[in-house]
Amino acid sequence: MKAIYLDHAATTPVHPKVVEAMLPVYQDVFGNPSSVHQFGRQARRVLDEARRIAARSLNVQEKELIFTSGGTEADNLALIGTAEANRHKGKHIITSRIEHHATLHAAEHLERRGFEVTYLPVNDQGVIAVEDVQEHLRDDTIVVSIMMVNNETGVMQPIQEIADLVSSHQAYFHTDAVQAFGTLSIDLQTLPVDMLTISSHKINGPKGVGLLFVREGTKIDARQHGGEQERKRRPGTENIPGIKGFATAIALMQDEAEYPFNYAQYKRSFLAVLQENGIAFSINGDPDKTVDTIVNISFPNINVETLLTNLDLSGVAASSGSACTAGSVEPSHVLSAMYASEDERPVNSIRFSFGQANTEDDVVEAAHRISQVVARLRTQ
Amino acid sequence: MKERKDTRVVIGMSGGVDSSVAALLLKEQGYDVVGIFMKNWDDTDENGVCTATEDFEDVIRVCNQIDIPYYAVNFEKQYWDKVFTYFLDEYKSGRTPNPDVMCNKEIKFKAFMDHALSLGADYLATGHYAQVRENDGVYEMLRGKDENKDQTYFLNQLSQSVLSRVMFPLGHLEKGEVRQIAEKHDLATAKKKDSTGICFIGERNFKDFLSEYLPAQPGYMQTLDGERKGEHDGLMYYTLGQRQGLGIGGPGEPWFVVGKNIKDNVLYVGQGYDHDALYSDGLYATEINWMSGDKLTESMACTAKFRYRQADSPVTVHPVGDDKLKVDFHEAERAVTPGQAVVFYDGDVCLGGATIDAIIKEEKVVSYVG
Repeated sequence: MKAIYLDHAATTPVHPKVVEAMLPVYQDVFGNPSSVHQFGRQARRVLDEARRIAARSLNVQEKELIFTSGGTEADNLALIGTAEANRHKGKHIITSRIEHHATLHAAEHLERRGFEVTYLPVNDQGVIAVEDVQEHLRDDTIVVSIMMVNNETGVMQPIQEIADLVSSHQAYFHTDAVQAFGTLSIDLQTLPVDMLTISSHKINGPKGVGLLFVREGTKIDARQHGGEQERKRRPGTENIPGIKGFATAIALMQDEAEYPFNYAQYKRSFLAVLQENGIAFSINGDPDKTVDTIVNISFPNINVETLLTNLDLSGVAASSGSACTAGSVEPSHVLSAMYASEDERPVNSIRFSFGQANTEDDVVEAAHRISQVVARLRTQ
Repeated sequence: MKERKDTRVVIGMSGGVDSSVAALLLKEQGYDVVGIFMKNWDDTDENGVCTATEDFEDVIRVCNQIDIPYYAVNFEKQYWDKVFTYFLDEYKSGRTPNPDVMCNKEIKFKAFMDHALSLGADYLATGHYAQVRENDGVYEMLRGKDENKDQTYFLNQLSQSVLSRVMFPLGHLEKGEVRQIAEKHDLATAKKKDSTGICFIGERNFKDFLSEYLPAQPGYMQTLDGERKGEHDGLMYYTLGQRQGLGIGGPGEPWFVVGKNIKDNVLYVGQGYDHDALYSDGLYATEINWMSGDKLTESMACTAKFRYRQADSPVTVHPVGDDKLKVDFHEAERAVTPGQAVVFYDGDVCLGGATIDAIIKEEKVVSYVG
């Protein structure tokens, strides 16, 4: 049975051209970019070129980019780095209840360090209200961090409006764009954010590489200490092959010939099959504000553990927002933030996310397999 | 008959060496094996690490070594409702429960069986030391080949419908062989220590654990003649025949628990391992399960175990109405304990079992054992 991967929001397959671009770096470019000899310069050239590609894609200056080990590190650096560097200006931070744990747990860490954090709610469509941000901004607010696209529901947040609002306030505005990058076009000359996180492995690049954009003039402390790399804001010998792969993935992402996929059509076909098969379901998050690559579906009266296990055994890979570490099912914090406490949807919902690994036929086939499993579980 | 590659066997994996080897053997036999880790209890160790996480890590490592898919399932609520509540209730009423028997009955071979079936399983497997044999559509459970490890005592509540769907891949092996197989295949759990004691208590002190859930009521220790011998910490901490922890000094033989008086909160003690009060010659039992599915209609001679890892004793079992048994011992037995299971055997065949409800001495129910 063909395995069908509908979990691109978790991670994506590495594009063959990315592998192709990384191989010679692994084979030949082993130098340390900080070295004063030709081997170092060769590596430095790869690094500079990659930084240029990334900077152009975001429409920012090269020196405004910090390569990290991934989205989690970039989020931590953004939140903790700016909070610690600006604590003389205040101790209040605003974020939301639907952020990725990289942001939420960094914020909790800051609470333990004496900062005060406001976690904004969302409505039942998964959207944060700009007015809520406005209402909670205080004189001592120093950082606001709101994600661009939620990774579980795919719901786009009003980032332009929030960024415009916060730009007239002393607080820095950070957005986690890990799930947005590659799906939405991002131009940081028109979007006034101070910091933005992106990650390589969500856009068919290698794992272990991410990037934090930090607008010139932003006061930020390093989270780790060592050499001079990344203007001392992120010391450590650079992951040159990974950065090369990331830049290649960014370049490919902008090439429509490489990404001719109509994910909106995938989603329509996927949902149409479920409907034709008479499967009862509902969609989490405002469908008009959801990216085409993600659909989060609630299956009433179905246990999500049993459903995911059955889906995997029938070759369909998807995931639930609920963390299932060693069998402890924690309801999805994102869906819990959207619904009332007795609502079942946080524990019966599954996220399907489309991407480069899929054809439309795959998506339709997966929807049939899902229908079969759900129908069988409902009759048991 | 399905081919083995099309026969799905869902195996319960604990992260221990037994279930690891059981999964390996099934995989080698060519079945479509699916490993499942059951989380029944939420607990963290002194470093704040969830104890189940470590075990699940071992399950993951082993499943990847033998190349089978692995998942986790959560039965914490069912376990609490069906096993732990029973466990506490029994202690409250002065008995000594057997949570493993209840866990097998309600969780592993019921909730987990249902889960396995929902995954399209043809069979459910576990790493228990027991064997199943089919004769013309009737299933029998036999003792595990390894006399020391035989776990049929804990499996006495299984039914025909369960037996028709279970596999015990280790039943014909000795524990030493299981370790050898694990080592030969360099399984991640090959050298892991066997877990001991009641699963949810783990390595912790039993008394500390119980005191978190049940208020301890200290009281007096007395001989059956009413002579006060000191104080006890709470009746639930003691079981019949127990010697440790009484703290009664003085001359003569050591002191043992010989009974409990729940009403007056008195722990009865007696001197000498072979104290007469510890001996009984029969018992009443309820919650009967005969694996054949048939009721006992007339008296039957067989052997029985009154606790795990005890040699069988010859008994005669009499039906008392529909849901009670009277078991006569051919020779007096020491420290038979209400709340524990009595399990019946015909040779190597485990016939079934029941819960010990009362013990009998000279045709009278003994009143001083709680």
